[in-house]
Amino acid sequence: MPDTPLTGPGHVRLGSNSGQPLTRRDGFLKVTGAATFAADNRPAGLLHAVHAISTIARGRVRSLDVAAARAHPGVVEVITPANRPPLARDQDDKPTMFSWRVETLQDDRVRYAGQPIALVIAETLEAATEGAHLLAPGYAPEPARIGFEDGEAFEAETVGIGSPAAFVRGEVEAGLAGATVRVEFRVETPTQYHNAMEPHAIVAAWDGDRVTIDSPNQAIAMGQAAFAGFLGIPPENVTLRSPFIGGGFGSKAILSGPHVLAALAARMVGRPVKLVFRRDQMVGPVGHRGATRQRLRLGMDRDGHLTALDHEAVVMTSAFDDFLEPAANASQNIYATPALATRHGGVRVDLGTPGPMRAPGEASGSAALECAVDEAAVACGIDPLEFRLRNYAETDPATGRPYSSKALRECYAQGAERFGWAGRPLAPRRMRDGAGRLIGWGMGSALFPAPMFRAEARAVLRADGTALVETSAVDMGQGAWTALAQIAADGLGLPVERIEFRAGHSDHPDGGVAGGSGHTATAGSALFGAGADAVARLAELATGHPDSPLFGAGNAGVEARLGRLVHREDPGRHESYADILARAGIAELAGQAVGARDPAHARDRAMFSHGAVFAEVQVDPDLCQIRVSRLVGAFAAGRIINPHLARSQLNGGMIWGLSFALHEEALHDPRTGRSMNADLAGYHVPVNADVPSVEALLVHEDDPYVNPLGVKGVGEIGITGTVGAIANAVWHATGTRPRRFPIRIRDLLEA
Amino acid sequence: MNLFEYIRPASLDEAVAAGSEPGAAYLAAGTNLLDLMKTGAARPARLVDVTRLPGLDRIELLADGGARIGAMVRNAELARDRGFARSYPAVAEALLSGASPQIRNAATLGGNLMQRTRCAYFFDPASNCGRRDPGAGCDARAGLNHAHAILGWSDACLATHPSDLCVALVALDASLEIVGPAGRRVIPLEELHRLPGDAPSRETALEAGELIVALRLPPEAAAVRAHSRYLKLRERTSFAFALVSAAAGLEIADGRIRRARLALGGVAAKPWRARAAEEALEGALAGPLAFAEAAALALADARPSGDNAYKIELARRLVLRALERAAAGTPERIPALPASVLADTGATAHA
Repeated sequence: MPDTPLTGPGHVRLGSNSGQPLTRRDGFLKVTGAATFAADNRPAGLLHAVHAISTIARGRVRSLDVAAARAHPGVVEVITPANRPPLARDQDDKPTMFSWRVETLQDDRVRYAGQPIALVIAETLEAATEGAHLLAPGYAPEPARIGFEDGEAFEAETVGIGSPAAFVRGEVEAGLAGATVRVEFRVETPTQYHNAMEPHAIVAAWDGDRVTIDSPNQAIAMGQAAFAGFLGIPPENVTLRSPFIGGGFGSKAILSGPHVLAALAARMVGRPVKLVFRRDQMVGPVGHRGATRQRLRLGMDRDGHLTALDHEAVVMTSAFDDFLEPAANASQNIYATPALATRHGGVRVDLGTPGPMRAPGEASGSAALECAVDEAAVACGIDPLEFRLRNYAETDPATGRPYSSKALRECYAQGAERFGWAGRPLAPRRMRDGAGRLIGWGMGSALFPAPMFRAEARAVLRADGTALVETSAVDMGQGAWTALAQIAADGLGLPVERIEFRAGHSDHPDGGVAGGSGHTATAGSALFGAGADAVARLAELATGHPDSPLFGAGNAGVEARLGRLVHREDPGRHESYADILARAGIAELAGQAVGARDPAHARDRAMFSHGAVFAEVQVDPDLCQIRVSRLVGAFAAGRIINPHLARSQLNGGMIWGLSFALHEEALHDPRTGRSMNADLAGYHVPVNADVPSVEALLVHEDDPYVNPLGVKGVGEIGITGTVGAIANAVWHATGTRPRRFPIRIRDLLEA
Repeated sequence: MNLFEYIRPASLDEAVAAGSEPGAAYLAAGTNLLDLMKTGAARPARLVDVTRLPGLDRIELLADGGARIGAMVRNAELARDRGFARSYPAVAEALLSGASPQIRNAATLGGNLMQRTRCAYFFDPASNCGRRDPGAGCDARAGLNHAHAILGWSDACLATHPSDLCVALVALDASLEIVGPAGRRVIPLEELHRLPGDAPSRETALEAGELIVALRLPPEAAAVRAHSRYLKLRERTSFAFALVSAAAGLEIADGRIRRARLALGGVAAKPWRARAAEEALEGALAGPLAFAEAAALALADARPSGDNAYKIELARRLVLRALERAAAGTPERIPALPASVLADTGATAHA
């Protein structure tokens, strides 16, 4: 399979379909209810499964009243550690870097509140729910360790997915010692849960030794392999379908215990089984963002140039597995400094294991960094935007490498212009509106890596001049059905209406992971390459055949335009795809490709999306209620495939940042570890009234290195910068520097 | 969810008969009860659906200047009734500040009066809660209690009543028509919700089988309509329960307060009528001195029940603001952000 053959004969180019602000191709299905989400599937003979969850955080399950559950009308089976069929893979094994230890009823041990401790299968959801209630577990509890104080501190070796826990470049202590101005800033961020609108769900139906699984999944090939591993069947015997996802945010990339148990249960009872998490059951087994305690130290010379930047984060993980929010790493790649250090410590608590949650590390780390930078600017008496410009990194501070592209200066300028930043008073509490409310303006820099993973795609030109493209890419609401189809159409030299785009199914070529803000770049490159490959084969057919008007043009002598191959030098000579295929007697002509980054570019360049976010807040001076009255973000993320959808993603990211700054906080009882706000009445995310004005500007950026498409990512960067911008605006309005997130009324009242 | 019997009675008599059986619960829109049943905090054996009972869905403005509202009138319907909103603007504002449009379209007046506390320990069946299970103690006492009561609480229970509507209604001396096995009676709304004392599970004054059928507002309740506000502080701009709230109504003549009505929400297990503050206001000049004194009096008995001392100062400031806003006059239209301190009350309000 050729690797990204985009620089080959060059029959096709991005541009006809890409760049257009198409509305979602799946929008009609979604607003009419015709889009089938996993839990909408109801195969014949379906049974319902409900997992009972532990109400203690640590100890053992001593008893379960299985007889009472079985006696409840409609209950078909109760699975506990005593009768759980064997798994082909140990739940503690970690075959890949994306594997976590899960609970599959392996023993009676309880390691967090909300852990699955039994599975009840019944004819109805109601019967299964009541069956789970009737289990009335008895426990041998042990004291739970919930907060930073009670947790067990440990030295972390890696953070995130395999990143080193510590990084040093230059002499930080010397840099601080030699500084004219020094700032130390501490802040805490809370435990947060993904809380996608669609809960986790699975419908599993067996046919002999093959199983069909409907489940929202951000990484279909990986999920297929994981199910196969647990169930002891070859991956090709697992059909995993995930055409639509109602939000994933990282929590749907990895299997959880209940997923495995539902598939196992379906095999055990010989009927299809559906398991849909209740919202409160999403607290524990499907990951979260771990809480952090961060400390930054910044040193500046008399002109406000950094002499050192030191970022330390202590982060929570579970008692039995590691995912450490790589918060401090957010300081590595953005501000020029001769001395830079980041490091992490871990604290083990009796909660479920954290996992990647939209901008893992970047979100909480950027929140702290941008507040600290604001405080540093204040300490130097410099406007926060000017301070950032003085510390603009021309090369990556962590590696010294050049950036593949970096239009951050333009982001600062365009964002500031649009927001009206000029003339902002340096001192806090200087602006009021007509009603006497305090007004504050704050800003933050946005940064997110532009990674690329590996994906495969297939494109088939058909005799009627249409085409089929396939990759197991995933639309979790971000618009992949649309943006990827636009890229695929350009790869084929066809209008988007003439391609049939298939995605979200394990029968398709591996579309990689919808995560890390790298899906459009990765799956898009594969799709473009597959189309280009098919067109190249078509060009061979045409230019090599004496009856073709293109005969003799040479393969490089033709280009694709709207379903025709056209002679480069003599555009009057052209031939349609359908005619070329008909003459050759070929019904279908397939091409394929792998999307991956050029290793040389990956080695030599630092690759990031950049942005600048500006926030205005109103604060009631006596009652301390805060509202973000305006958010303006300017972002440079390489080539934008669909400006309409990209803006939506960036807006959504900024709203997520607002949520981080002012709303989201998981509350766990300090004694029991149980969630005390496992519903959307208690776990707040913004409502429309919280977001009166949000605007994302797309800043032009060409990047010849990041991938042949020039595409970076827009899925997560909107969060970064925004949290700090809002906190800094709160400071500017009130003079109170927030020391924890979310910023509460009481924090300002008691300041 | 437990197996339960669902009954849809055709008459009030049938409803009361069914609702008087042990384990029965009246079901209106279910916006609160069904949530409690889903967590297992409530497990009624029988639901008696009263939403289709005849004659409970009327809004009547009475000849004597009072009003009578059927218990099954929907929140949205009542708030949008122009005659009602003109006479009792703070009640309409309170209604529109609660929940979301979807919930207000479903939720009923009677259900709102009967809603249970949002204390997380009450909602969590695995927690000890004497309000839910008599004698079980109170896990909120040493737990997460930053939003809990600052008035009228006891060691047995720190829960607050979450209603916005009830706060405005209690301020206006509303009363309730109740039908039960022993017939019909009328009680002041202020007596419906009970302070916890040592028996928090006895949440209301209703006897077994009793059903609220209507709410009455006395003619005097409209006397403060020109100077009425409901203000609600919350951690999110909309769709959140009150941290603290206040309903204020003033009748002002020649700059002097002739009549004052004041109640607080989110501070106690019941809507908290601030009578001492009202007395101090009545006869005083409508201005900062009187308002500050009233605000201080309203919170004079407040004490923290846990990590919530800040709520006392916050409530004092909110009462002060509510009185100032009420004195400034009821706005022409209810603000687009009802009850929000961030709302612009002028014509420029955000839609």
